Amino acid sequence: MLTLRLYMLQRITAMLMAPLVMGHLAVMIYAIQGGLDTAEILGRTQGSVVWFLFYGIFVVAVAIHGAIGLRTIIHEWGGVRGAGLEAVMWVTGVILLGLGARAVWSVTFAAGLGA
Amino acid sequence: MGSLFAVTNTRFLEVTVERDEGKSQAFRVPAYENQTVLDVVSWIQQNADPTLSYRFACRVGMCGSCAMMVNGVPRWTCRTHISKVLEGEAVTIGPLRNLPVVKDLVVDMDPFFDKWVAAEGVHHGGLTRDDPIAAVDEESAARVEANAGIECINCSVCYAACDTVAGNPDYLGPAALQRAWTLLNDAKDEGRVAILDAVSGSGGCHNCHSMGSCTTYCPNELDPMSAIAGLKRETAKSFFRRGR
Amino acid sequence: MSMARGITSRAHPLWLAYILHRISGLALALFLPLHFWVLALALTDPARLDGFLTLTENGVVKLAEFGLVFLLAVHMFGGLRVMAMEWLPWSAPQKTLAAAAAALSFLIATLFFLQAI
Repeated sequence: MLTLRLYMLQRITAMLMAPLVMGHLAVMIYAIQGGLDTAEILGRTQGSVVWFLFYGIFVVAVAIHGAIGLRTIIHEWGGVRGAGLEAVMWVTGVILLGLGARAVWSVTFAAGLGA
Repeated sequence: MGSLFAVTNTRFLEVTVERDEGKSQAFRVPAYENQTVLDVVSWIQQNADPTLSYRFACRVGMCGSCAMMVNGVPRWTCRTHISKVLEGEAVTIGPLRNLPVVKDLVVDMDPFFDKWVAAEGVHHGGLTRDDPIAAVDEESAARVEANAGIECINCSVCYAACDTVAGNPDYLGPAALQRAWTLLNDAKDEGRVAILDAVSGSGGCHNCHSMGSCTTYCPNELDPMSAIAGLKRETAKSFFRRGR
Repeated sequence: MSMARGITSRAHPLWLAYILHRISGLALALFLPLHFWVLALALTDPARLDGFLTLTENGVVKLAEFGLVFLLAVHMFGGLRVMAMEWLPWSAPQKTLAAAAAALSFLIATLFFLQAI
């Protein structure tokens, strides 16, 4: 079902995410040294414009990329077509974007870190 | 294969044929020294069950008519020696995948050819008989590219091998797309816009996941996967030029 | 599945690369909402987030993390391989590239795992 437009979006978001994934892997390898806790994570990300942009862009890209990828799978393996296929793709994208944006906001500029 | 040739001991093959409505039928076929899968199928039809329907023509690997699924792999049965595919003494033969079954081992090739045309796999000529013959530079990169794909004999093995064809009924398939690519590279062909449009639709080249079964199983050793990659490049270029 | 009927012609390297790419993508797409939800706990319930994070000390969880990182690396390097094959004028041996991609993925995942012990 992939038109040229969806194909290009998929490839472009993929290229955009390649450096972001590398960065994310590097951060993870660094962060888990000596254990992982909320304070350590937030100490790094809270109030940071850089992390907001980094993960913000990552979330937008992955929402698009994942929605298109899942669309392909449910079409080829699930036989879903037409309006139903479009609907599932958009819903998937919105869910990923919504949850992702909320997560990014939570660790960067959301106020109110309890005690 | 008559009484002139010695049957090498009394070895028998256990052949399962997938016939209509998913019914499998087992046959015991005498083994011979020089026996292809097509020989096996012919023996069954001639000696065991005359109602078995199957296709062949040249039986020397030129026409592609005898293509069938052998142990789940699409092959030219006339060019497949039985010893290469036997599992013990057993083999399973079925109709080509991804095409409607007419009867037994015979499939309807119409969807395959319809997609060939839908991919604009037709010559888009611009000259008349009064014009001089178009000069084609055999050494040019485009011609070399085109030549790599023109030996396709439309046997449908690649179409049967492709999982994307299986999952997506709109997908034009490797053979049709490879033909479109050869025409795109053909200096005599003037249908560039039509071809790029035809391969950019919902059944177009962008559905290809590069799993490469087409290239792996093409009996003519063609490379539809790379041809499709070429189409992706060309359509991507035109995407950026014409804008979204 | 419409594809599964009686075909065994898949045991070649490029097909394995394709199926690995698809499965890893699917797994990552299913994992992400969970990942996002847990992270958002930083805002709504930080104590609970800390609780989740201490789980990462657990060996089974570490194994799962290894799996996820492996899937991420595999998916990305596999995707880069596909794009290279599509867009770059290479006629390089595809199998070698696919193998190299898998090896690199494994290396990164191992590195993660080692650091995690």
